Amino acid sequence: MIVLGLLLLLLSGLAPARAETLITSLSNHRVLINSNYTGTQIAVFGAIERDAQTVARATVYDVVVTVRGPRQFLTVREKERLGPVWINQEQQKFPSVPAYISVMTSRPIEEITSDQLRQRQKVGLEAIISANDFTYGRNGADKPFREALHRLKAQEGLYLEDERGVTFLTSDIFRAGIPLPATAPPGNYDVDVTLFADTVILARTTTDFELVKTGFEEQIGVVARDWSLFYGLATAVIAIFFGWLANVIFRRD
Amino acid sequence: MPVSVLLILGMGAAVGFISGLFGIGGGFLMTPLLIFLGIPPAVAVATQSAQIVASSTTSVLGALRRNALDHKLGAILVAGGFVGSALGVWFFAAARRAGQLDLVIVVSYVTLFTIVGSLMLKESIREFWHRRKGGTVRLRRKAGEHAPYLGWPLRMRFYRSKLYVSVIPILGLSLFIGFAGALLGIGGGFIVVPALLYVFRVPTTVVVGTSQFQIVCTTLVALILHAVTNQAVDMVLAILLIVGGVFGAQFGARMGRHLRAELFRFLLALLLLAVGLRFGLELVLQPEEPFSISVQEVRS
Repeated sequence: MIVLGLLLLLLSGLAPARAETLITSLSNHRVLINSNYTGTQIAVFGAIERDAQTVARATVYDVVVTVRGPRQFLTVREKERLGPVWINQEQQKFPSVPAYISVMTSRPIEEITSDQLRQRQKVGLEAIISANDFTYGRNGADKPFREALHRLKAQEGLYLEDERGVTFLTSDIFRAGIPLPATAPPGNYDVDVTLFADTVILARTTTDFELVKTGFEEQIGVVARDWSLFYGLATAVIAIFFGWLANVIFRRD
Repeated sequence: MPVSVLLILGMGAAVGFISGLFGIGGGFLMTPLLIFLGIPPAVAVATQSAQIVASSTTSVLGALRRNALDHKLGAILVAGGFVGSALGVWFFAAARRAGQLDLVIVVSYVTLFTIVGSLMLKESIREFWHRRKGGTVRLRRKAGEHAPYLGWPLRMRFYRSKLYVSVIPILGLSLFIGFAGALLGIGGGFIVVPALLYVFRVPTTVVVGTSQFQIVCTTLVALILHAVTNQAVDMVLAILLIVGGVFGAQFGARMGRHLRAELFRFLLALLLLAVGLRFGLELVLQPEEPFSISVQEVRS
């Protein structure tokens, strides 16, 4: 028993090539957004644990927190001039892209790691959007559409990158605030935390939270989607009722 | 949708006022306003149909009480209108899937409004001119003078309207109105009323009640179909529009009694042309952001 225990201890000491482990926690695993509000924030806390054998590093740690929302099938269309008028012509389909992406980093992402690693590991908003699995490649014709998607989503606050989004409270404890606008759709959000030092990935953890919308307008939205006939009839009844009411109130004869 | 509640209420009241003033539905003004405000055309069109149902319910109830309604003619109009409405909603959904709905709506508005607006303008200026010269204009109606298509087969007698005409042109008219109404979020009163008055020579006493009867029925169908197929009806927006519109219309109607008829038509024509022009600009000017996103499907 003792020998086995010693062996295990020895193995556990030897096995991880990376000496750091990452422990992360979310402030909530269920986020409620009232559709009337301006949105909310969720906090990610993390601690970096170094085992006794590892010597302290000369350089500081870097952390990248990537949050991906539920997937959507999107079509981006471009208006082009046809004779005197502007109409939608070219289009690019994005079969399965996150409705929401935010990338929080402890310093500018170019300083954290190399270009190749960013592209390969899809670190940073640019890398995620230009990745091959984001949409179909069309020999460069897809590029303006990727950029347009990025721009339009960024305007809505749904795609964002903050190079000061992660703050280190001590040298190995950090915190990131993830802004969630009111337009963020309900569903499952994956949180990926990656630890870097000297441009290499040391550790990675994933967790997730669920975004739930509350409030009157959201409930109406659910009824409109899932009970559309009932919703249409109810709207019709309301309209007729108001019409009748006006007739009664303003009767002139 | 980040649009101010008070703004919508105010707009509803203002458009209601104008619609009461001119005795028309107001859909043709409200839908473009909502679109200019940034509400997606699909939602604007579908939701506005709820407001049209409300305002035409009020007028139909009034017409029923005054017995100013030709039931038989109304029923024929509704039959054609239903088919038109269903086709309109289907076309709406198809255009939306193809990503060309906005274009279809804008082009239709430009065409319809420019034609109807300039016809009305011409008519009102002509009338104005005659009045200045001292003469009174009256619709000349010679005995037996009718457009030839009114004598097509399937003739039917409408006692209240003092008509004996083929149902084919009536069905055709209502089919078109139903289609345009569902596609554009308008009741179509500003087309049906002149058509019934001048083409079919329906007496003025029953024309408004009958056309409103048709509008309330077809728009009701369009509203429910829009909710089911396109899920573009916004109940909250609809209620705001209805409340604003109902009260505005009453004040407008009161003001309207002091306005002269040809001035009326002149102003209405200008209004139509202005809306048509505004849409035309939208089509011709270079857009600030040529790209747009549409959500095909949510995968969760």
